Amino acid sequence: MTALQSAGRLLTGGGRRRDWLTGYLFASPFILGFLIFIAYPMLHSAWLIMFEWDPLREPEFAGFSNILKMLEDPKVNKSLFNSFFYTVIAVPVQLCISFTLALALSQPLWFRDYYRAAFYLPIIVPLVASAVVWQRVFHPEFGILNETLGWFGVDPIRWLFEPQLAKPAFIFMSLWAIGRQMVIFIAGLGNIPESLKEAASLDGANAFGRLRTVVLPLMTPLIFYNMVIATVNSFQSFIPAMIMTEGGPSDATLFVVLNIYRNAFQYGRMGYASTLAWELFLIIVGFTIMQFVISRRWVYYEEGGN
Amino acid sequence: MSVTQMPLEQPAAAQAPLAAKPRRKLKERLWLAALQILITVLSVTFLVPTLWMISSSLKVSTEVFAHPIVWIPRNPHWANYITAFTGHLPLGSFIWNTVKIVVFAVLGTLLSSSLVAYSFARIDWPGKNFWFGLLLGSMMLPDIVTLVPRFILFRTIGWYDTFYPLIVPYWGAVMALYVFLIRQFFMGIPGELEDAAYIDGASRLRTLTQILMPLSKPVMATVAVFALLQHYNDFLNPLIYLKTMDKFPLAVGIKMFNDFEVQRWEIVFAVSTIMLAPILVLFIFAQRFFVQGITMTGFGGR
Repeated sequence: MTALQSAGRLLTGGGRRRDWLTGYLFASPFILGFLIFIAYPMLHSAWLIMFEWDPLREPEFAGFSNILKMLEDPKVNKSLFNSFFYTVIAVPVQLCISFTLALALSQPLWFRDYYRAAFYLPIIVPLVASAVVWQRVFHPEFGILNETLGWFGVDPIRWLFEPQLAKPAFIFMSLWAIGRQMVIFIAGLGNIPESLKEAASLDGANAFGRLRTVVLPLMTPLIFYNMVIATVNSFQSFIPAMIMTEGGPSDATLFVVLNIYRNAFQYGRMGYASTLAWELFLIIVGFTIMQFVISRRWVYYEEGGN
Repeated sequence: MSVTQMPLEQPAAAQAPLAAKPRRKLKERLWLAALQILITVLSVTFLVPTLWMISSSLKVSTEVFAHPIVWIPRNPHWANYITAFTGHLPLGSFIWNTVKIVVFAVLGTLLSSSLVAYSFARIDWPGKNFWFGLLLGSMMLPDIVTLVPRFILFRTIGWYDTFYPLIVPYWGAVMALYVFLIRQFFMGIPGELEDAAYIDGASRLRTLTQILMPLSKPVMATVAVFALLQHYNDFLNPLIYLKTMDKFPLAVGIKMFNDFEVQRWEIVFAVSTIMLAPILVLFIFAQRFFVQGITMTGFGGR
């Protein structure tokens, strides 16, 4: 027994030198990986803000000119507007639809497993493949969207070729991939104690009342979680714009990451691209902090929960 | 369209007083039936783009561009798949490159993440909390911030146009989320078994590989599935680091087909279907781990 206990102490660590070493040794992949592939590039990236650097030439010290240029660059402002527009509209709509679907699929319906699989399937379609397919779904002449709208007498719409329609088309496409959020909501709905809903019913609450007073408050942490993740992802959306429109028409789908990619790897402006990347990073951090601050007003956490 | 409005109005019916219970049940059943129809229509709609992709990959080009749309090809034209492989784009290489990158990146992720997770879960060492904090912090960091300097780094050491930038970082446990998930799982396993093995003279590495890892199959499988999807779908990194077309993975290869075979929709669809197929098979056999992973990360990250 004492042998076991002392062995237990050995394993959970008694501060022996050899254990320190083992600890560091086992953690070394992360320590090295972090220093080489995360910390060093981050510092280097901050350093690059001060330089103009075409990879074919020597870096040139540029002071704050990158930052000044960024603030006035119409392409940068356009890309920021596009990403904001896309995020601010797509995320709430995604949340509403995925939550409603999760509610519906928590009802006693037949074939629930089939429905879940069907709504989940778009998630497993590789994003590149789905971009290639949706480019054609939106095709004015041979796409299935216009074909379907045609049944209701709608004339063909040039979705990805009209500056006013390209972003809405992208938002529409993003609604196809709400399976991930839906799965999280379904899991959460399954965890709501039946007793709480019954108690609300006894108090005279109807289905809608139970939803408002019991289900919604208990689901707010998950709604918040999905919102944060979806916001961060939407801000960084890149593949659809790169494949379907290459930023067009007239820069209507020039999103921030696409603009950064172009500056770095097509125009050879490494310093400028780093500046833009930091700007995006700060915006995402700011947005996330803001969401956390506002969340105190509406997200419900149980007392003593984790 | 009228179908969609019906179930939205129905919940009001549930407001009927308790005395009218049988009637309420009937209304509830009506409501469920309407919901059933609505969800069926919606789920089919969600399937249509994928089904259209698969069916179009089997059409001849006159059917692709026919009015009205041909939903199901008259005769499945399997030759499109042969054309995809024998055209001037090296589809075979795209697939083989994907296999190589994914296998080594996932392997690295699993091994390094388990080692690091073990260190954080079971060993006490000075600075552990500091490094664990950094690990959690790096989860929030968007890849894009380090994109440019990482590119410069890899170009400087001569890794441009090789697979190394797509594989080596993942042997360094840079995907903090996976380390975190495995660590959480390890923490939930009681230490007695390891203690016993330790007394018998097993090293820490052996207790990890022969006791903890076999007990952690669910989380390992989840991490493996997620890492596999991540590297299989990765587009931006190979786009940046690879120059020679023969080295491209499928994700970038599809863009090549989309750019160079832009008029041949059936071929582009065939290649997209080829890219979806293995994931679909994996999904059918490992659906549990897909869903588990989502809910785990959902609650883990909160």
